[in-house]
Order: sequence, then structure tokens, then C-alpha cells
Amino acid sequence: MNYIWAGMIVLAFFSAIAQGNMQALSDSVMVGGTDAINLCLRLLGIMCLWGGLMKIAERSGLTNALCKLLKPFLKIIFPKMDLDSKEAQAISMNITANLLGLGNAATPFGIEAMKRMDAQNPQKGVATNDMVKLVVLNSASLRIIPTTVAMLRQQHGAKVPMDIMTASWISSAASLLVGMTMVWILGKRGR
Amino acid sequence: MAVVGAWVLPSMIFSIIVFGLFKGVNVFECFVDGAKGGMKTLVGIMPSLIGLILAVTMLRSSGALDILSWLMSPISKLTGIPDEVVPLAVLSPISGSGALSMYESMLNKYGVDNNIERVASIIMGSSETTFYAITLYYGAVDVKKTRHTVPSALSADLTSFIMSSWIVRLMF
Repeated sequence: MNYIWAGMIVLAFFSAIAQGNMQALSDSVMVGGTDAINLCLRLLGIMCLWGGLMKIAERSGLTNALCKLLKPFLKIIFPKMDLDSKEAQAISMNITANLLGLGNAATPFGIEAMKRMDAQNPQKGVATNDMVKLVVLNSASLRIIPTTVAMLRQQHGAKVPMDIMTASWISSAASLLVGMTMVWILGKRGR
Repeated sequence: MAVVGAWVLPSMIFSIIVFGLFKGVNVFECFVDGAKGGMKTLVGIMPSLIGLILAVTMLRSSGALDILSWLMSPISKLTGIPDEVVPLAVLSPISGSGALSMYESMLNKYGVDNNIERVASIIMGSSETTFYAITLYYGAVDVKKTRHTVPSALSADLTSFIMSSWIVRLMF
């Protein structure tokens, strides 16, 4: 992440030189700070809302039930994890929110899962294989109904707004498969 | 469709609360307790999030996306991703809101029910903002060494771009 972040900024600087966009770049830095705070405020609401709902779902045993439902799937992806543990429950909530297309809810659940996994991390500051898997799982984003996309397509007059659904599933599944294979291959090199 | 979409979120919240009540949980107290935790987490993530946003806004305004798209063009030629969609494919792992507005302007420009639009729609429906997820998730637990996360996540993204154009050619 260190090099990527620096790389992004260096690349931005040189492309601004190459394309004569220095003024636009300068303006964007000034605005960028405000944008960041706006996003943080929005995220604050989301984190509090779903943090609260997650606690209720946990105490009522709802997450436990979800976890049981997703057990076959979890077993394949996280073979070494104790599936009755607290982190497995947070991961179940995260996957459910992803499947329902609630990206805003998936994030707080995923973060909670990360925190619980980190509690048992023998080497703080270094990602474990399961953490990497969770992040890749979230970046592949399996969802049953691509709601936002279907809504926009409908507004633009698509005949069957959902006709891309099967294609989306196949594409998500393939990217998940490749992502997990890469995690597995690269993860073998140890820490 | 829009109707189904509107039902998901309220129904989920409704079922969590009602199920909690049914099981005799003190739902409000529980909610406040959890919300407090969410607040603490956010404060921990904010610094890395601000850093990411700085880099993303700089990238977008500098025109670097054009250069990245140009760098991607050999891959897209080889795999058959339509040229028009490449900028979206490049932007979507970096910025979710940016990708959404680019997707909307593509819908306006190319219309719907054609292959360019379908590839774009599938990309939007099957990928998530990778760097945002990496920053938030690892920022929350203070993990600096992300090991093989970035290459694995990016190869997953690349797969979804290539697959989306292949599937569109096969299915439509």
C-alpha cells in the first residue's frame, strides 16, 4: 500500500505536467480535504447505524443462524477458521450484506470481522491469510441483484433491465475464483 | 425492479429489530452500544481514508486516468474489452463514486441495450472499489503489511473486466 499510495500521487503529478493540468490538480487538492471530511461524516452515520444493528442481530442469535446457513460456503473459503467463532459471525453478516447488494452495510460488518481476526493475529501489523481472503472476497463483490445498475438501466429505457444479471453472476464468480486462487498461490510464500 | 430494490434495506432493518424484540433483547440499548463501537472504529480509520481520498482526487483531476487507460490498451486489445469501457475499468477499483458518475455519463452517451453499455453494466454490477476496501479494512486494524492483498484483488478485478466482455459477446 505504501508504494501504491506514493505511486498514485507521483503519477498524478507527472500526468498533470504531461497534459498541462497543473491548475486542475492544484484545485483538486484544495477541494479534496473537504471531500474527505464529507465522506467521513457519511461513513460515520453508516458505521454507527450498522454497528448498532449488528449488535442487536448478534445478541438475538440472528448472526448465529446466518453463520450456520453459510457454513458450507465459509468452510471452502476459510478452511482453518473456527466457524462458531465471533469472527465467522461477522463474516457471515458481511457476506449476506454483499449478496443483498447493501455495500454500505457490508463495510462495517467486514471491518468488525477484521478487528476480531486481528485480536488473534500473532503478528500485529501484518495481514493474516484469512484477512487477505476477506478483503479479496469483498472486492469481488458477489451480489444476487445488481440493484443500482438495474435501476439506472431502467431509467435509460432498457427493455429488460435485469438481462445482465446472469452475466454479472458469472463474472463475479470467475473473479472470486481467480482472486482466491491468487491468494492461495501467493499466500504459500509465507509471511 | 426499482420496487424490489426499495424493499431490501427496510426489510433487513425490520427483521433485525423484530427478531431482537422477539428474543427479548433490549434493542435500543443494544443499538446505542454497537453504534458507539462504530464511532470508535471510524475515528481509527479516518487518517488512512483521508490519505486515500487525497491520492484519488489528485489522480482524477490530473488526467492520469487517460494515461492508465492507454497503458491498459494492449491488454484490452488482446482480451476484447471495448475501448470505450477501458476508462471505467481503470477507475472502478480506485473510486466508487467516480465510477458511478462515469457509468451514468456512458449511459447517456451510448444509450442502453448495446454491447458497450452491457459490458459497462456488468463491470459496475460485479466489482467493488478495491482500494477503498483495502484502506478501510486494514486501516481499522492498523495493518501496514498487506502482503499479497493488492495483487490478488487486482487480478480478481481484471478477471471481472475480461469476463464481462466475453460473456456479453457469448450471450447477446
